[in-house]
Amino acid sequence: MADKVLMKGNEAIAEAAIIAGCRHYFGYPITPQTEVAAYMAKKMPKIGGCFLQAESEIAAINMVYGVSSAGKRVMTSSSSPGISLKGEGLSYLAGSDLPALVVNVQRGGPGLGGIQPSQSDYFQATRGGGHGDYHMIVLAPASVQEMAELTVKGFDLADKYRMTSMILADGTMGQMMEPVSLDFDIKPEPEKPWATTGTKLEREHNIVNSLSLVPEELETLNMKRYERYKEVEKNETMYEEYMVDDADIIIAAFGIAARVSKNAVNEARKQGIKAGLIRPITLWPFPKAPFEKAVEHAKAFISVELSMGQMIEDVKLATSCKVPVTLCNRVGGMIPDPEQVLKSIIEVNNGGVE
Amino acid sequence: MSTKQFLFSGFGGQGILFAGKFLAYKGLIENKQVSWLPSYGPEMRGGTASCSVIVSDEPVGSPIVSNPDMLIAMNLPSLDRYEDAVVPGGVIFADSTLIERKVKRSDVTVYYIPATRLASENGTPTLANMIIVGKILKVLGEFNDEDVKAALGKVVSAKHADMLDVNLNAMKLGADYE
Repeated sequence: MADKVLMKGNEAIAEAAIIAGCRHYFGYPITPQTEVAAYMAKKMPKIGGCFLQAESEIAAINMVYGVSSAGKRVMTSSSSPGISLKGEGLSYLAGSDLPALVVNVQRGGPGLGGIQPSQSDYFQATRGGGHGDYHMIVLAPASVQEMAELTVKGFDLADKYRMTSMILADGTMGQMMEPVSLDFDIKPEPEKPWATTGTKLEREHNIVNSLSLVPEELETLNMKRYERYKEVEKNETMYEEYMVDDADIIIAAFGIAARVSKNAVNEARKQGIKAGLIRPITLWPFPKAPFEKAVEHAKAFISVELSMGQMIEDVKLATSCKVPVTLCNRVGGMIPDPEQVLKSIIEVNNGGVE
Repeated sequence: MSTKQFLFSGFGGQGILFAGKFLAYKGLIENKQVSWLPSYGPEMRGGTASCSVIVSDEPVGSPIVSNPDMLIAMNLPSLDRYEDAVVPGGVIFADSTLIERKVKRSDVTVYYIPATRLASENGTPTLANMIIVGKILKVLGEFNDEDVKAALGKVVSAKHADMLDVNLNAMKLGADYE
């Protein structure tokens, strides 16, 4: 195995993107994802790639649209308020069935909020973010290694399904350093016969557009797109289970919340409470299967989030509300500590919470 | 299983993040699981800087150190803020040039090192951080030139290779301080 190096999560995303063949990056600076752009600014010119600091987030996402239309791997990154600005572009990418990688290193909101870690863009990410019926593939890394791996995976899935893949990280994941191995098995990029690469007078024009004024046709487009989404749901859900098999109390958490929760699960086990953890790695498609299975033996679920309770709705849907689901959270840039999660596990185990 | 949780804290500019990074790399070279998490944002520009470092034989869970086994306090606000958070039986390293008061806790081991003064006298005023790191390694019984050099090689950029020995000497200064 190749040597492991210590990297910040943000840098790991940038390096993995380059390894995955991305040669076009457009962005606008914002904390706590700045290192992604900084890394790209340093590296891209040396390898014949393009780093461009756009005049705004809106410009950046539309540059992504342009490069993607031409069939090249392309990405942008930002943090919460910047992603809101990109919302229109995300919808246009979806409406034009264009692949792209978008990184959101979340910070506390709403509005400008703060710069400390948050997970409160879960709804925005998993429900689309912009207008119209669409989805993005949402990937939630919980380590620097996964920041890198899911970036590569994100490009593959985006190309395969002609969708946007979003890395939904947070300030902690972006800023922390961990050992990472960048030894990836890179698949060849698929052909993109739809790309606007010039006809050379040998084929019909390819047109990339999201405008469709005939309702019957637009309906068909939407229906077909959702058939593709069904395939994604069927084939691409990812999750990690930790001590779930015999668990009474099951925590649902992703990203940094899952890291904290794992400590709490270990401590609860020491105290004789059968706790477990389901960590969704894809937030859309949400991994319903492990929840459907676990609800048959679990007494209760706890959704641990850095938000006022967003993923908890998906947990309730996936468990059909057969057992209670409670929230354990901190917001505004605060992170629950393992003690808070453990307390929540103990309370729920004692039947103390609704 | 052995897990060590370090919390480095001080002013921005004291090399808090660098010192943490050195320990993390040393752990990595020794095939340990490690994590390094800095404070970031406006406080990096002149205010307080801190970083959490975990070195463990097992995969690291939460990378956030709220109750350190070892606190490295490079200034008074850091000691004031984190003294009570140290686990009972833990260790506090305090830069006694900048921290005039004594540690109040009696259930922890304390090493007072006048790191800022030593660094200054040594002609390397920016290396108070590494003087303390030297002491940490001595206390842990992990000071050997080879490992230290290997880890320094990872954190000192090739451009500044001449700083390698300077750092090593600063660390020895700390290790030898009684």
